[in-house]
Amino acid sequence: MSSITKSVVTPKPASRPTRLLTIVPKQSITNWATHAVLIVVCIIMLFPIFWVVSTSFKTQQEIESSKITLIPENFTVDNYTHVLTGLTGTVTVPGEGRYKINLFLTWGRNSLLIAGNTTVIGVLLAASAAYAFSRFKFSGRRLMLVAFLITQMFPGAILIVPLYNLLNEWGLLNSWPGLVLAYSTTALPFSVWMLKGFFDAIPYDLEEAAIVDGCTPFGAYWRIALPLILPGIAVVAFFNFMAAWNEFMMALTFMTGDANKTLPVGLRNFVFQFNTDWHYMAAGSVLVMIPVMIGFLWAQRYLISGLTAGGVKG
Amino acid sequence: MVKNRIAYPFVAPSMLVMAALVFFPLINGIILSFTNADQYNTARRIGTEFTASTYELIGLQNYQAILGTPTYQFWQIFGQTIIWTVSNIIPHILIGLCLALLLNRRIRGRAIYRVLLIVPWAVPSYISGFVWRFMFNGEFGFLNNFLNGLGMQLVPWLSDPGWAMFAVVIANTWLAVPFNMVTILGGLQSIPPELYEAAEVDGANAWDKFANVTLPLLRPMMMTITLLGVIWTFNSFNLIFLITEGGPYRSTEILATWAWRLGFQNQWQFGIAAAYSVIILLILVVFSITYIRLLNRPGRESAI
Repeated sequence: MSSITKSVVTPKPASRPTRLLTIVPKQSITNWATHAVLIVVCIIMLFPIFWVVSTSFKTQQEIESSKITLIPENFTVDNYTHVLTGLTGTVTVPGEGRYKINLFLTWGRNSLLIAGNTTVIGVLLAASAAYAFSRFKFSGRRLMLVAFLITQMFPGAILIVPLYNLLNEWGLLNSWPGLVLAYSTTALPFSVWMLKGFFDAIPYDLEEAAIVDGCTPFGAYWRIALPLILPGIAVVAFFNFMAAWNEFMMALTFMTGDANKTLPVGLRNFVFQFNTDWHYMAAGSVLVMIPVMIGFLWAQRYLISGLTAGGVKG
Repeated sequence: MVKNRIAYPFVAPSMLVMAALVFFPLINGIILSFTNADQYNTARRIGTEFTASTYELIGLQNYQAILGTPTYQFWQIFGQTIIWTVSNIIPHILIGLCLALLLNRRIRGRAIYRVLLIVPWAVPSYISGFVWRFMFNGEFGFLNNFLNGLGMQLVPWLSDPGWAMFAVVIANTWLAVPFNMVTILGGLQSIPPELYEAAEVDGANAWDKFANVTLPLLRPMMMTITLLGVIWTFNSFNLIFLITEGGPYRSTEILATWAWRLGFQNQWQFGIAAAYSVIILLILVVFSITYIRLLNRPGRESAI
């Protein structure tokens, strides 16, 4: 689909002469008003994030005072030090005894492990399916595509009880492979639709030529088509990573015990158990938020064009 | 496109996991809703020991208990869910549309505004939950300190039922506006400029152009994101769960959070939670079908 490359490279026509024909003074007043509104809205949208970053560098006394300080008066990184090194929990391993663990790093490692594996499995599954949907006609094709869309309508809660029981029966509760399976599957429909859009945008000729020269269909997919849509792969990989990194309900339900939690669930316990630890919460939030935000800002324009490209054709 | 059996090995792995982890659980969930399953009679594995399920089919009893008795507070929470959904979706779409219209103007720094405005979208939703819970904190949250500084009366953001609902709607609007804005902006930019030029030649003013060119062309896309928005908001879990935990006095509980709580807190009533989920799904399916039918009436352009 050409709209991907088109919308990325040239987001809009270079000139719209009609807009310039309007009388100048009126135009400059409305422009001024537009800027004013946009600036106010930007402040509202960014303020909560700014506030949590600022809070993360404050002392507890400063946070709990009724005075508003936008910039910390007593700038401190103690909150970060505490979150990264000071949170410990005790874990009992049968046969090995009890030992202390660093909670934040443990949760972070769990989240990384789960999100990383979800990304690899999710992308591998989605890419081959998307390739088939883009390149081949086969019976059941339309039905499968529609089925993918319908899954987006389920309330998370309808799957969670049976999934819980299923993982329980398989002995996968409280283990990361269980969550990886659940995440890479729930992210699949969106990933497939996105990647299908990217495959649609490249011509089949190259693969056809390769097959004529004796390449297997799988070889054509793996060695020719896949490398051509690397930007799409990167975006879908990022999407899978984010989905797993951010997911809350399943992690809350399937993972119990401090050593198994992911960051979202672990951090939440912070807030609800120790209602006064906002300074640590803020530091923890910033640590989790910054990498995701950087990745998101990089990926956003591809995500947006992919969203529109994937949805156009059936 | 080639008609080819070779497609099957490519789609098989995806279909297999979808069948195992989405469609099978879905059917299982529907069956579960007709049983008295709970924490104690469901199959489980503890260590190497496996216990088989002993729950039984009990017909429509779960549905009767939910819809016909006050035990599970269905009607109250259903009402709250509707209030929650409607009071979210209207500002989401309207603010999204206004911002998209502003960003569609040829102004300086447009790209910067766009990036800044989508930042909330980039924040993990559970972090947004923490951030807003902190902002709304009655004692030292920013909002009350700010009101205090202005000499105004403090607001019981999260401890009064009415204010709590208002507070979570604000937080969710903050979270959802970027997506709506970006999608509508995409729609605006796909309207061919020639149409506006033609309208101007015909003597149309700004309002005419908006009402007769922009809105009709945006309509199909707006209808789609409204439907998606309703589904997502109806089912949203994270924000409510993290900001108010459904409180105070269950006043911000919606069906999705309440179903989870019935299944996984206190009583662990899987059967009831499954029946609740099936009811949610039915409500959404009926709503979606009615919505699409109404919008695709003869004489109207097809929306979906």
